[in-house]
Amino acid sequence: MADQALDGAASRPLLSLRNINMTFGGVKALKNVSFEVLPGEVHCLAGENGSGKSTLIKVITGVYKPEAGAMIDYDGQSYSQMSPVTAQAGGIQVIWQDLALFPEMTVAENIAFQTVIGRWPRLVNYAEMRRVATSALQRLGVTLDVDLALHHFPIAQRQIVAIARALVGEAKLVFMDEPTASLTQSETDYLLDIVRNLSASGVAVVFVSHRLAEVLEISSRVTVLRDGGLVGVYPTKGLTQSRITELMTGKTFDHSVLRRDLAKSPVVLEVEGLSRPGEFEDVSLTVRRGETLGITGLLGAGRTELALTLFGMRKPKSGSIVLNGNLVRFGSNRDAVAAGVAYLSEDRLSLGLIQPQAIADNMVIASLDKILAGGFISSDRKRSLVNGWIRDLGIRIGRQDDAISTLSGGNQQRVAIAKWLATDPRLLILDAPTVGVDVGARAGIFDIVSKLADSGLAIILISDEVPEVYYNADRVLHMAQGRIVGQYAPGAATLQAIEEAVYA
Amino acid sequence: MTVWIERARNALGPELAGPLAAFVMVMIVFGIAAPNFLSRATFGSVAFQLPELGLLTLAMLLPILTGGLNLAITFTANMAGLTLAWVLQSQGGVDAGIGAFVLGSILAIAVGALSGLIMGLVIAYTKAHPILVSLSMMIFLRGLGEFLTRGGDVSGIPGFLARIGYGSILGIPVPLLIFVACVLIWHILLTRMKLGFNTYMIGSNIEATRYSGINTRKVQVLVYTLSGAMCAVAGIIMLARFNSVRVGHGESYLLITVLACFLGGVNPFGGFGRVIPVFVALVVLQLLSSGLNLMGANQHLATAVWGILMITVMILRWLAGRLKFLNTNRR
Repeated sequence: MADQALDGAASRPLLSLRNINMTFGGVKALKNVSFEVLPGEVHCLAGENGSGKSTLIKVITGVYKPEAGAMIDYDGQSYSQMSPVTAQAGGIQVIWQDLALFPEMTVAENIAFQTVIGRWPRLVNYAEMRRVATSALQRLGVTLDVDLALHHFPIAQRQIVAIARALVGEAKLVFMDEPTASLTQSETDYLLDIVRNLSASGVAVVFVSHRLAEVLEISSRVTVLRDGGLVGVYPTKGLTQSRITELMTGKTFDHSVLRRDLAKSPVVLEVEGLSRPGEFEDVSLTVRRGETLGITGLLGAGRTELALTLFGMRKPKSGSIVLNGNLVRFGSNRDAVAAGVAYLSEDRLSLGLIQPQAIADNMVIASLDKILAGGFISSDRKRSLVNGWIRDLGIRIGRQDDAISTLSGGNQQRVAIAKWLATDPRLLILDAPTVGVDVGARAGIFDIVSKLADSGLAIILISDEVPEVYYNADRVLHMAQGRIVGQYAPGAATLQAIEEAVYA
Repeated sequence: MTVWIERARNALGPELAGPLAAFVMVMIVFGIAAPNFLSRATFGSVAFQLPELGLLTLAMLLPILTGGLNLAITFTANMAGLTLAWVLQSQGGVDAGIGAFVLGSILAIAVGALSGLIMGLVIAYTKAHPILVSLSMMIFLRGLGEFLTRGGDVSGIPGFLARIGYGSILGIPVPLLIFVACVLIWHILLTRMKLGFNTYMIGSNIEATRYSGINTRKVQVLVYTLSGAMCAVAGIIMLARFNSVRVGHGESYLLITVLACFLGGVNPFGGFGRVIPVFVALVVLQLLSSGLNLMGANQHLATAVWGILMITVMILRWLAGRLKFLNTNRR
């Protein structure tokens, strides 16, 4: 389908930008970037956070004015800059990651409200809205109950509603910003089908995604940005995930599985028949000193619930947890921390770190007792503790008192790891430690994880990205519907075999 | 030299700039407009009026920092004052001794702390909104107090209490000494103690704080208990100054304490705010009303000017924020 578009209308791009420059406060956000989209094409825009993807989209949609010299051709017209009005009128639509929908309103209202705004006689024609919404959904090949409030639907279906709304605006070019970030694999497949339908009906789609497997699956061409500059435009055929990563980061990564001999290492954690009905059932596992145990599986497989139980924040219904040879029953996570268990939350933004507060405060919060002198917080001890971790983990910060939210995802995650290392844990549970972390910075996080394991820490690494656990764990457990359904040794089992089992 | 300035700024917080600017402005404007403003009399009246509002503001500050509110502060103060008054009455009324006063004060503080403890427990365990919980406590205390006093005054206080209310040590009014001591205790609590640290963290994100292994319920309970105890100190000072207690006395201070916190740069949603800027803000509010008094303005007009000052401060903060935005971008 996309190939036909390529052949048929290859002579005239739908959108073509040349010579795009943007500067924010002395920082060049875009450096002489050019970008081209063909009619009906699925085009991927790839790049790390801060590479200029969002800025480029905002130039195209008229939110930002590019510097003089910019040339924008869209649908047969030339512009030196876009405005939001011309972009909308020309059929350019953006579906942002947060969707900008109204959860309390019905599907029909969410899709079609723009058609009734401002028209005389300022009354809402619900029948018309329902008709418009249904036909937009039909174009996507989807049937939803348009009279139901949106919050009844799962996130994947809300995504569809956002796309349908874009279609009502007679879209010719749709930008999708990380559309699959919060979807499970089957929901993602569903969404990718929708994108194919859209492309077949002649709408060009620009796909922005961190998940490189999807990029390879859906798009016909990839434009790669790095540090605000254009790296190149590549046909998807012939690209691999690792090649895109190299293009995005400008670095090459060495992929090899771990080979550590841990047979003689003492067992730190031994879990036997642990259950919480409705969350997980009959989970048994062991982690040795110096070992990284990977747990993978789809969202909702019970991984986080299991981790929170090991961290004392939920109580098991049955089963036992033995830590360093002692049977433990945690009343709260304070008991778990005291016993040497640390848990890095999957939700760094709202549970892992206290975003508005200072970097230093976030780092010492779990180990305040260590910086007390005579019952009072010693600012000298605090500073030296913080400086020590900043040095050891290679964290890049401005000032210790800056809010943690000013740091990049990778540096924030390092602070979160430091916060737990400061409690002298024996068992560190890392729940999705690379969510929202750039591809380049992920390698740095895993370097730290590997060094920690070598220094004798027992680590549980939870991730829904199979390659992450494959390359960074000594053993991999596959969890599905609350049960452990498979155990693999990277190297002995292939990555492909595990991926097939997990995503089946 | 610059190191010391930097250190001072770090210790006091960036919130101090606003109140300090307002302080300088008030001094200059009234210094010019009212020739007798820069006199002992002005500062004497400020020194005697400041503590009541100030102590209640300290009681309001801790809950606000956790992202909550304590609307029961004035009636908790009344209740504590009543407790002390009853103890003194039972020990001979005007003839009661120092021992009765000490015992009464301890009981008064216990009553204040109990009011806070109950609110703290309810807020921490039921997760009910602090506004609703403290509003309920406020109504309860008011009703209880009016029932017990039949709506009248409780008086018959020994004479030596006036020396606490109006006396001076080395030229400094006793209520001011007590207030300054409380300011220092709060400052140390918030900057140097675990409870203070956790108070700020809870104010920004209570769930993330809990995930960090902090007993957030304990922190909330302690914060409201301390808030209640501080109300009691205010109640004792009020009793010493008015020579009697009446339920409802000081009621108008309630919202002023919230304003004073915000004028002092405290974040209305919690997590940020320091004691010293709030102290300066309180001084500014008192200077303003004393200055207007001197110029012969009506007391009600002074209240109106407080309102105008607050609105001006909001607008100035917004402007300052925009300037900062330009500055960081130019770099």
